[in-house]
Amino acid sequence: MARRPMAERKSRRPAAPKRKPTKQTRRKKTPDKSNNGGPLSVHGGHHLRELIGSLGRLSAQPVSALMTIAVIAIALALPAGLQLMVANGRALSGQWDGAIEIAVYLKQDITPAAAGELADSLRDDPGLGSVRVIPADEALEEFRESSGFGAALDALTENPLPNLLLLTPAEGHDSAEAVAALSDRLRKELPADIVQADTEWVARFHAMLDVVRRVVALAGAMLALGVVLIVGNTIRLDIQNRRDEIEVTKLIGATDGFIRRPFLYSGFWYGLFGGLLALGLIMISLLALEEPVRRVAGLYGSGFRLTGPGLAGAGLIAGPGAALGWLGSWLSATRNMRRIEPGN
Amino acid sequence: MIRFEQVHKRYPGGREALSGVDLQVDAGEMVFLTGHSGAGKSTLLKLIGLLERATMGQVLIDGRNTAGIGRRQIPAFRRQIGMVFQDHKLLHDRSVFDNVALPLIITGMAGKEIGKRVRASLDQVGLLKAERVRPMTLSSGEQQRIGIARAVVSKPPLLIADEPTGNLDPELSLEIMRLFARFNEVGVTVVIASHDLGLIEHLGHRRIALTDGRLDGDAHGS
Repeated sequence: MARRPMAERKSRRPAAPKRKPTKQTRRKKTPDKSNNGGPLSVHGGHHLRELIGSLGRLSAQPVSALMTIAVIAIALALPAGLQLMVANGRALSGQWDGAIEIAVYLKQDITPAAAGELADSLRDDPGLGSVRVIPADEALEEFRESSGFGAALDALTENPLPNLLLLTPAEGHDSAEAVAALSDRLRKELPADIVQADTEWVARFHAMLDVVRRVVALAGAMLALGVVLIVGNTIRLDIQNRRDEIEVTKLIGATDGFIRRPFLYSGFWYGLFGGLLALGLIMISLLALEEPVRRVAGLYGSGFRLTGPGLAGAGLIAGPGAALGWLGSWLSATRNMRRIEPGN
Repeated sequence: MIRFEQVHKRYPGGREALSGVDLQVDAGEMVFLTGHSGAGKSTLLKLIGLLERATMGQVLIDGRNTAGIGRRQIPAFRRQIGMVFQDHKLLHDRSVFDNVALPLIITGMAGKEIGKRVRASLDQVGLLKAERVRPMTLSSGEQQRIGIARAVVSKPPLLIADEPTGNLDPELSLEIMRLFARFNEVGVTVVIASHDLGLIEHLGHRRIALTDGRLDGDAHGS
């Protein structure tokens, strides 16, 4: 109750006589004026008091409140964590997309010199980024060193390997479809036996990510429903425990909205704290995964690092948490309050 | 202020609590409802406070037919009526002040005004000093006075009480009834259900008797 005089004192400040009535001060004044004892300010103060009051009620039963919050946190952390994995997967595939190579195995009768000329002509192609020639001899040499089949290769009388062109698509032309179209064109234009663009695994990876994303969406929807039900059930018990209070307030003429309000605030707090705890769980998981992922990435010669949810992502976990808590308590309170009628 | 026209009330299960009750209570009257338990006193009061609805007939409060008051309008309707119960119906998890303040809080009244009104109300029932304690720590008679303070704090034009002295000894009962009479003197219409005939006759107000759900006498007091 000590809040009211303070609000009045505050509201008086912008109306100080020396200030010129510029647009800015006038704009500031208007909302404060409505705060000056009107019904709105009563409600504002009242809402704030109840918001904090409901927080106090949660802390009055810390164990059961924490249990509810923990269940909500787990239900929120699961889809959010999966979503984060998908996002990281996409980032990872983005790194791979740049490394698509098209291998053009030229016909056996093309000489290294002719291959070099072909490469020069391809360098002007706008659809291509880099062009590299690997002459058959060089390829054989590399194969001999790395494969361990040196002795067997010595038995061959001639080089079985063709001259090879390694092409990368130009930037912006590296989607799976564009690369497929490009290799079709090259297949027609070049004297090649095989034009191989290994885009399939990229397409497969994306397809799998799409499946996972769908799974995440479904799991998210189900777990969101779960949060609504958990909060709803908690609020139902809360309402049962405060049956007498609800009955009495109904007797003296309290509206449904008035009776429902503290329960809505409870639901809001449950959801918000559940969301924040979910965020904590995700951060801990990220911390635990960071080092192993870095090691794996290192082994594949990649500098890939896990990315966290970021500030926006954090909002996207805590925000819906609070909203779901609110929704769950609204549904439960509206339903269960009706059953309590005084006089029976 | 209150008018019953051929009011019947049958509860689920078939028990007829009120049959064909015609009744008129004018504004500013003080009326006792008498009769044995089960005679329909409580039902009659419940119909006034819209805790129950009439099965047949019409209940008019302040000229308004209560049949036309929907669920959503009930809160506003009840704020016009102060109700007092045998079991006080106080909330034991909060102070006396907060209990009495409740009818004002639900209207969104400002804190300062609430404080003034609550203390005035507690003063009228002689329990100004008890504002900080919990109702549990008070005697039954004191708790009933808190209940009355809560019923009158929003200054309703109509006060109804169901066996307000049911648990009290004669001396305390008289004290409570005199308290009601004081509110009646300042213009509040008061309807009290009670089976304490000796006490009621001693006070000398209008008495309406109910027997098995029917009006069985309407004696205007001195």
